[in-house]
Amino acid sequence: MNSPLLEVRGLQKHFYQRRGFLTPRTTIIRAVEDISLTIQPGEAVGLVGESGCGKSTAARAMLRLIEPTAGSVRFKGEDVLAARGEALKTMRRRMQIVFQDPYSSLNPRQTIGSALMEPMGVHNIATGPDARRRAAALLDEVGLPSNALDRYPHEFSGGQRQRIGIARALTVEPELIVADEPVSALDVSVQAQVLLLLRDLRERRGLAFLFVSHDLSVVRWFCDTVAVMYLGRIVEQGPVAEVLRAPLHPYANMLREASPEPDPNRRGILPRIIGEIPSASAPPPGCAFHPRCGAGLPECSRIVPPLMPLDDGRAVACHLYSPISGRPLSTTPASIRA
Amino acid sequence: MTPLRRALKRATSNPTTTAGAIITLAIVAAAVLAPFLAPYDPTEQDIMSRLQGPSSEFWLGTDQFGRDILSRLMWGAQISLTVSLGAIAAAIVIGGIIGMVSGYIGGTFDLIVMQAMDVLLSFPSLILGLIVVALLGPDLINLVIAISLTAIAPFARIARAPTIVLKERAFVEAGHALGYSHARIIFRHILPNILSELLVMGSLWMATAVRTEASLSFIGLGVKPPTPTWGGMTRDGFENILDAPWLAIFPGIAILLLVLGLNMVGDGLRDATDPKLRNE
Repeated sequence: MNSPLLEVRGLQKHFYQRRGFLTPRTTIIRAVEDISLTIQPGEAVGLVGESGCGKSTAARAMLRLIEPTAGSVRFKGEDVLAARGEALKTMRRRMQIVFQDPYSSLNPRQTIGSALMEPMGVHNIATGPDARRRAAALLDEVGLPSNALDRYPHEFSGGQRQRIGIARALTVEPELIVADEPVSALDVSVQAQVLLLLRDLRERRGLAFLFVSHDLSVVRWFCDTVAVMYLGRIVEQGPVAEVLRAPLHPYANMLREASPEPDPNRRGILPRIIGEIPSASAPPPGCAFHPRCGAGLPECSRIVPPLMPLDDGRAVACHLYSPISGRPLSTTPASIRA
Repeated sequence: MTPLRRALKRATSNPTTTAGAIITLAIVAAAVLAPFLAPYDPTEQDIMSRLQGPSSEFWLGTDQFGRDILSRLMWGAQISLTVSLGAIAAAIVIGGIIGMVSGYIGGTFDLIVMQAMDVLLSFPSLILGLIVVALLGPDLINLVIAISLTAIAPFARIARAPTIVLKERAFVEAGHALGYSHARIIFRHILPNILSELLVMGSLWMATAVRTEASLSFIGLGVKPPTPTWGGMTRDGFENILDAPWLAIFPGIAILLLVLGLNMVGDGLRDATDPKLRNE
């Protein structure tokens, strides 16, 4: 295997909240506890989980849009977290982000042309008429007419703005795009168009993607591999087809069941979701999922299960598959319904 | 249509704002055209025609040195407007930068800067202006400095609040991801989004600046005589208030009209940019 594009090890992001005046108490919000993942050049990796599990925080920490508390991030072997000044600027050029909300991702007082040409100027890619030509070509690439250059964001629809946001990310010719729920704020009809555009760009430009989403069907369609997150940790990881067809981790399984497939043969299996995601400031001891899980082994509430690689290329963090529990490593989905 | 233009359109449809604009523009025109329109030299003394009441020769009368009040008022408007405009422009620039940088950096820095602004804010603007002029000495530039100091804190506050909101917006985050410098993000991406708020507040604070300038001139801390200033003329008129009441009354009316006009314009602009009234 060739060398990875992005290598994340033990990424952690804690937020500190001080409350109280006379006797201030600091609460630690463990938004991201321990995330490790690898993205190969041209690969699309999905990061899924329910709201509040830390997936967006993890993605932003990898790009250093927020500073991680601990861990290491390497882009083509270079240490992203140690980069300063010019080195950081060069690094930023190679990793871009597409945002969820197309309405706040563009400066309302800046024309589309200016928004696309500004990054080219900052990174000395192009200026003047050359930059304008490139900006028009990018707009064409994302399916917008070049007369959009002199218009303002409020003249465009959500889907069009998302295309502009994608074009802006492409201005600096990145190798990796972090797409943070890029279609979840859009109408379903527009979602499909934007997804097609992203896949098209991925094929044409050989881009690698970290695709953050809560929509399993979108991830199944777009990604090669997927990592399922729960309360700041990855609980299952592997090729998208296997993980989403037959999840091993009870949480991944629950997530899959909550995402219906249009298949009449699967009718009648209703998702059973017990409880809500616990607070990241007071995670349960042991496996964070144990209060909602049906497995209920004695060690679940005491020991955090490590992410164990299995023989089919997957990895899972669950005592049901862990050697600690004395059970053999198995890749068959366990019957875990209580 | 940009929000500022939309606000201007709404403001001009309001009769109070229009009236305020007409008053203000008339005074501005009188000041700018004073060299051409003023019937007499504002500092030329004519002992023979001193302390005359309003007449066809001297429309607003003459003072104890025989100087024409109307001409002095027109020239005095230049001082009032120059000092106020200079002071508010400086306050918008300095206060705006302090507010944006403080809000953008946040944390302890923001806390300290804003506490300092609160200290400035706790002085009544006249007292603060008085202290500064007393320390620096009365002249045009020091007057501008003194009055701008009284207005920096409010503009810092006005700039800071929207900056805190804007810095969390995705387009600012996109700027970080694209490797933009902090200065570029503040001045090219945050500033254009708060500029109209600063300018609207500026028009309201112009009225306060005019009042402060007049007050300082009144107590003798303004631009030195013989240069005519409205506050100084009012004070001089006080000495003859029983014999020649027009000496104090006309400059007083001039101050009143300019402050009123500026307030009417400022109120109208503020209402026009108020998001609560925006969709009406």
